[in-house]
Amino acid sequence: MRLAYVIPLALFVVIGLGLAVGLTLNPRDIPSALIGKPVPEFSLPPVQGRTQGLSTADLKTGQPSLVNVFASWCVPCRVEHPLIMALKRENLAPIHGLNYKDDPADVAKWLDQLGDPFIRTGADRNGRVGIDWGVYGVPETFVVDGNGQIVCKHVGPLMQNDVDTKIRPLLQDLAAGRQSKVKC
Amino acid sequence: MLKLLTALFLFAALPAVAQHLEDRLADPAQETRARELSRELRCLVCQNQSIEDSNAPLARDLRRIVRERVVAGDSDGAVLDYLVQRYGEWVLLKPRFNTQTFLLWLGPVLLLMLGGGIVFTLYRRQAKAPVAAAAALNAEEQRRLDALLQDDEARK
Repeated sequence: MRLAYVIPLALFVVIGLGLAVGLTLNPRDIPSALIGKPVPEFSLPPVQGRTQGLSTADLKTGQPSLVNVFASWCVPCRVEHPLIMALKRENLAPIHGLNYKDDPADVAKWLDQLGDPFIRTGADRNGRVGIDWGVYGVPETFVVDGNGQIVCKHVGPLMQNDVDTKIRPLLQDLAAGRQSKVKC
Repeated sequence: MLKLLTALFLFAALPAVAQHLEDRLADPAQETRARELSRELRCLVCQNQSIEDSNAPLARDLRRIVRERVVAGDSDGAVLDYLVQRYGEWVLLKPRFNTQTFLLWLGPVLLLMLGGGIVFTLYRRQAKAPVAAAAALNAEEQRRLDALLQDDEARK
């Protein structure tokens, strides 16, 4: 009859531990379906006042790159913007912008006022390219390797910690051509 | 007459209340399919609503895509695949049965079997346990029992 006491206790412990682990997970972290896959086929015109649009070929140059999905109407984008400017100054990899569902005049003003960290910026007026990239909340940042494969996706504004522990080491590993231990 | 017309129009308007009016498809069969598919797709912004129920701009864009795929002649599976490719299994409110989700689907059955098994073994163990033979009454007990029974008889 000992078993009758042990089983409920064991079940309680197992369920309790399971729920405890569940509590520490972030329900907003949706695993990206695109990691390890090539970037979608797309071609976007430049944003107003700029000459370089963004297309699939621009991400298959043999050099790893960063693609930042942003919009002038997105407040967290403004928060992460100084960090992206700093990344540009570090010159680790070309940074490209995917301007998601934005007003042409607004985004031009946004980039002029805050500074433009992007080499190429594609204007995704209707958001269709964003959907092909699996974007569900701006800002999102993708690390793409030289062959145009998506290596990592960060959802939400980049924080210094994300840059230090994820983005920078990953770009350095990619540039050096070594297997990266960074978890995405 | 005016009252009747008003009443008629009010009733005619009722079913439209809960629908998103944008981009409705001309073909009612296709529209129904698109709507059923939209009910199976999770809104990525609000997470526990389907894109059919959500007002988020992304949900609207996704509904539009569902309608486009339906008009393009995609099967239901192909429409869902189109979104799974972009957003992963997670967009499906009803996850498909595969190596990642088998526990989710079979969990309740497994738990039921486990619980049933436990109840069954406990029950069987109890059934098998020898019932302790009733000890014979000693003289004093026998005397009291007889007295009680006699008492009972007398009362009748």
